[in-house]
Amino acid sequence: MSLRSALGHARGLGAAKEGVHHWWLQRLTAIALIPLTLWLVASIIGLSGTGYEEFLFWFGKPINSTLMILFLGVGFHHAQLGMQVVYEDYISSHGTRTAMTILTKFACYGLATLSIVSILTVAFKG
Amino acid sequence: MVELFLPKNSQVKKGKAHPKPEGASNTRAFSVYRYDPDAGNNPSVDTYDVDMDSCGPMVLDALLKIKDEMDSTLTLRRSCREGICGSCAMNVDGRNTLACLKPIAECNDDVKIYPLPHLPVIKDLVPDVDHIYAQLTSIEPWIKADTPPPPNGERKQSPEERTKLDGLWECILCFCCTTSCPSYWWNGDRYLGPAVLLQAARWINDSRDGATGERLDELEDPFRLYRCHTIMNCTNACPKGLNPAKAIADIKSKMMERLG
Repeated sequence: MSLRSALGHARGLGAAKEGVHHWWLQRLTAIALIPLTLWLVASIIGLSGTGYEEFLFWFGKPINSTLMILFLGVGFHHAQLGMQVVYEDYISSHGTRTAMTILTKFACYGLATLSIVSILTVAFKG
Repeated sequence: MVELFLPKNSQVKKGKAHPKPEGASNTRAFSVYRYDPDAGNNPSVDTYDVDMDSCGPMVLDALLKIKDEMDSTLTLRRSCREGICGSCAMNVDGRNTLACLKPIAECNDDVKIYPLPHLPVIKDLVPDVDHIYAQLTSIEPWIKADTPPPPNGERKQSPEERTKLDGLWECILCFCCTTSCPSYWWNGDRYLGPAVLLQAARWINDSRDGATGERLDELEDPFRLYRCHTIMNCTNACPKGLNPAKAIADIKSKMMERLG
């Protein structure tokens, strides 16, 4: 039971003065993912039925490796932004929410880095 | 936190059945949520067979007829009975609306009446809206200006400036929108909800107000504003035909506008 005034409770800890940046980045990455996803789907269709050598040749082209790095980098960034929103919506415990956000960010940035390094390895070494 | 199941003491049981009055031939069933905190029992749903030949056309008419003639213990808020005070906001057939504006003819055969969802219930159809009122106070819904008013005391607005308040000033604070919003259900402690954000937009868009930036500062918060994901339940629920979702989108776009 709390005897705090209703207004004191409503004001809480005050405004975080933050949120617009997260909101904008989520939209920006979503917009970027539209052409990138279309490109990826078109590429997969175009490459279907080809062999390993043709695929390596395709990957070796700077435009393809660049777009693939962009797709994965932007995709993982968008994923962690989105997951943070889901946690804020549905997890009320501040501790659990923060722990989940940290885990998700670490996983997304780790996987993004691993993907990018893998792409570069394939692109440069063949 | 998301609550998928009601706690044991909130589970709704079957209540009393109030049969039709003697001699009534044209009746309609109303299932009404009942809760009395003094009795210590779980909430229940009582059914009332109301004589429609001597009942007004709106759901509020039926509720007042039940209270006057069948069961005086039924508790509800009402005042103007013409959709301007917002007192009789409740959930009728699964939708938040004003009982005074909802024709019985548009309801299901068995009209289900519950209080506004996800608020503490004081008694029967009366929810506790103290926190929402406190949230409304927290956005300081009054004019703030450092410029002194002209000698005649009237701060003027051009017709174009006045037009920007249309769709905002008409809100009657019934909170049908706020209590229809899942984000408000899960995070109502900190999320301001559509009704209060629409009020915030009403002052942000007022050309006579001098505190637009401060108002935006106070709203920029992951919980106060950005829990809105534009699912439009608010707009769907508003019995006055307003569009709180658009007002919130307008606040978000002003946040972007001042970034650069």
